[in-house]
Amino acid sequence: MKRPEAGAFAAFLITYLFFALATPGTGFVSVNGTAGWLNLAAELGIVAIPVGLLMISGEFDLSIGSTVGAASMILALGTNQYDLPIWPMVFLALAAGGLIGLANGLAVVKTKLPSFIVTLATNFIVIGATMGVSRLIANVTSSSIVASDSAKFVFAARWGQANISILWWLLVAYIGYRVLSRSVFGNWIYATGGNLDAARGAGVPVQRVKISLFIATGLAAALVGILQGVQWNSGNATYGMGFVFQAPIVVVIGGVLLTGGYGSVTGIVLGTALFGVISSGIFYTGWNTDWIQLFLGLLLAAAVLANNYVRRLALSSK
Amino acid sequence: MSQPLMELRDVDKFFGSTKALKQVSMQVEPGKILCLLGDNGAGKSTLIKVLSGYHQPTSGTLLFEGKTTRFATPREARQRGIATVHQDVGSIPLMSVGRNFFLGAEPVKGRWPFQSIDTRLANEVAVDQMQKFGLTRVTSGEQLVGTMSGGERQVLAIGRAMYFGAKMLILDEPTSALGVKEAAMVLKMMRIARQNGAGIVFITHNARHAMSVGDTFVVLIQGEVAASFNRGEKSREEVLNLMAGGEDMSELEEDLEQID
Repeated sequence: MKRPEAGAFAAFLITYLFFALATPGTGFVSVNGTAGWLNLAAELGIVAIPVGLLMISGEFDLSIGSTVGAASMILALGTNQYDLPIWPMVFLALAAGGLIGLANGLAVVKTKLPSFIVTLATNFIVIGATMGVSRLIANVTSSSIVASDSAKFVFAARWGQANISILWWLLVAYIGYRVLSRSVFGNWIYATGGNLDAARGAGVPVQRVKISLFIATGLAAALVGILQGVQWNSGNATYGMGFVFQAPIVVVIGGVLLTGGYGSVTGIVLGTALFGVISSGIFYTGWNTDWIQLFLGLLLAAAVLANNYVRRLALSSK
Repeated sequence: MSQPLMELRDVDKFFGSTKALKQVSMQVEPGKILCLLGDNGAGKSTLIKVLSGYHQPTSGTLLFEGKTTRFATPREARQRGIATVHQDVGSIPLMSVGRNFFLGAEPVKGRWPFQSIDTRLANEVAVDQMQKFGLTRVTSGEQLVGTMSGGERQVLAIGRAMYFGAKMLILDEPTSALGVKEAAMVLKMMRIARQNGAGIVFITHNARHAMSVGDTFVVLIQGEVAASFNRGEKSREEVLNLMAGGEDMSELEEDLEQID
């Protein structure tokens, strides 16, 4: 019960069993049904992991949504308007994501303003800039993407119902796990969020920790934009707006404390999987999908309460 | 007498026209505990900051290991072996003992990109070091620091500083927020650190704690050294009176006792 992911694990199990039992014979538990909810979770999961690490270090990033859209538009404008090959555009999109992250990071550590508000501003700046520039160049805010076969394989391959983005999610989760739980940098992430002054006193470069995590978040958001763009054959400035709050929600459901300093990648993955199960499970029950929001809201409220309790439990005894 | 670890000669520290320290001279010797006594506002904090490199003296000299020294930053002082442990200790409650102990100097195993913190080594060393300093209740390096008492965290912080080669420990009110048993544990630990050859500056306003471990005493009043003496040269009442600026504290104490 003392591990940060304990609550998310229990919630995932209960929810999964609920939908499995409530939808007999509909194929929710089949291979295709499983691929379905994993697909829904995967792209959110890719951004949720760096967002979660960032939250453990004590900062927020709400600019992920517009970064996703910007990355997809870079692919679209480059390959469609300028007839450029896709791979250089992929790297340009990643570079843009990294740059947005760097700007967020520098703005947050230099101004010492809350990252919540700084990245909210970035979110609007980036989506506005993406739309404006797209209008200037092509007079559109969405456009199709011309992808090579290799790019289509790497970003949009499908096996049955399962999308390659699930593998990307697993890869990002593995890297996130190594970094947070095994590496020296991971120790610094916990310390930065757990007690900023103590971390600084022990010689942890807290500003570098935060900036690095903002950059990682920007890169992950750009990757999701590339995945979505190539998959759907189009770029759109508004892609990814749903992630702005979904990502922090699944992170908190996964057991990360809003105040920072506590959480795990396993928990974040479980929180994201829970999101996938609910979004897909509702569909199988035949209920109106409007209920998803209600479910998520209730889960979030329960998670915040449970996290507080788990934290107290962790500090109460050996 | 051995060479002092650190010596201040006629150190002044002014902030604008405010004289925080006036002509302060003192010696920190290895293997000795120097108690720095004084009421609130006597200049103890400023003096600590001069010793630990946060402030540079306005005038006067600071000698470290016999050489005139000017620490540019607290980091430089730390690298030279001067460790400051503050009252709030600066540990991270939601992290394990092992991870706290090695924060900023984590032991690693394996090669990049599969390099990882050697958690077992970190936990073993941390627990071992704390037991050496008399803390036996903590037996697992995985235990979260937040579950430990204030005194135990002091032991962790002091043990950590000693492990990383501190020659001089500046302990800022390590016992003042603790209960009797906890304070005794920290005082015992200071004795062990002294045996290991550390020069200790013990800042306190508790004369009883100071008398129980101190070798030398410096009493600070309004930024000036009001008295400096060795163990056994003054009684507790005299020390209390000095700290209070010459007022007769023992009478006040008696008055207070009569109220009970």
